[in-house]
Amino acid sequence: MSARRPYMRPMRGWWRRDPFFVRYMIREATALIVAAYALVLLAGVLCLAQGEAAWNGWLTQLRSPVSIVLHVLMLAVMIYHTYSWFEIMPKTMPALFVGGKRVTATTITMSGLAAAVAAAAALLALAWMLRP
Amino acid sequence: MAEAEKIIEIEVLRYRPEQDAAPVAQRYRVPFTDDMSVLQGLQYIKDHIDGTLSFRWSCRMAICGSCGMMIDGKPRLSCKTFLREFHPAGLRVEALAHFPIERDLVAGVDDFIVKLESIKPYLIPKESRSLEQGEYLQTPHELEQYEQFSSCINCMLCYAACPQYGLDSKFTGPGVLALLHRYNVDSRDGGREQRMQLVNAEEGVWSCTAVGYCSEVCPKAVDPANAVNLNKVNSAKDYFLRFVRPRKP
Repeated sequence: MSARRPYMRPMRGWWRRDPFFVRYMIREATALIVAAYALVLLAGVLCLAQGEAAWNGWLTQLRSPVSIVLHVLMLAVMIYHTYSWFEIMPKTMPALFVGGKRVTATTITMSGLAAAVAAAAALLALAWMLRP
Repeated sequence: MAEAEKIIEIEVLRYRPEQDAAPVAQRYRVPFTDDMSVLQGLQYIKDHIDGTLSFRWSCRMAICGSCGMMIDGKPRLSCKTFLREFHPAGLRVEALAHFPIERDLVAGVDDFIVKLESIKPYLIPKESRSLEQGEYLQTPHELEQYEQFSSCINCMLCYAACPQYGLDSKFTGPGVLALLHRYNVDSRDGGREQRMQLVNAEEGVWSCTAVGYCSEVCPKAVDPANAVNLNKVNSAKDYFLRFVRPRKP
């Protein structure tokens, strides 16, 4: 008879064991907020389809103090989501070589973040130019 | 001895299957010098304080992959981690997480070995060559495609860092998938089709949720998270391409 009696340790509360796992869980949770914001925009599209009164009602809702506070929170979450997305990006890409040298993970992350900032700035500029 | 002797407290999670129902912590006070690794601390315990303590080790220079353990909750090689880092607070060591504890700091790694064998971790030549035809040649660029993934020493720290493996050990896991990738992208290898079956399975790359801690703890900068996530793309391509270009029976 074998004297082996392997002991399996429980996984309960695993994500609190290391700050790395906590950051991972926050990253995953931010996706839910991103989805929630998509629903807010979808509601706007549905209101637009229902006519002017519904559309104006949706706009008034957006201007309420509760909505503004929620939007500020969602913006913060979205910024962290964007950062974490580009942080993991080098892990999802094949090795890139520029001039025979491998592009570092930091360069890839920073380029992604720079592109996101540029795209956001372009969108804001466009919205500013098209304001009524 | 020039420097004054310092003492550090090492807490070891012990488990002796013949007497312990569950693991128990035991503390040892170990004299140490600044050049002593955690492994040397454990060897001191075994040689001078308590000969019943069990742990694995071999090379003492971070190449054999035997002495991985949880050191203050993080998967690390005990030969590559120094006691001075934890002085004066002391440290806690435990068998590699997510594996069963066989005894004290010895983890049961049968599951890993079975998985390692399953991916055919060797070159399956693309073309057969006779001795007269000479060696299989490769350009530096072709070497670069897999070199980093070939540095794996099978220390299993990445498994102890992977919560998905801890939650469901059917997952093939980071280290083995990185080695699978190492052979698949080798220009001399022709075994890709056989290995893709393992990649495409639910227990293959798709059990990975890109936590990324595996790459963080890897002592050899293999970056298994990169290998696994690249193969999600390969797996998706493999799935769609079969409609265009049916597999050979």
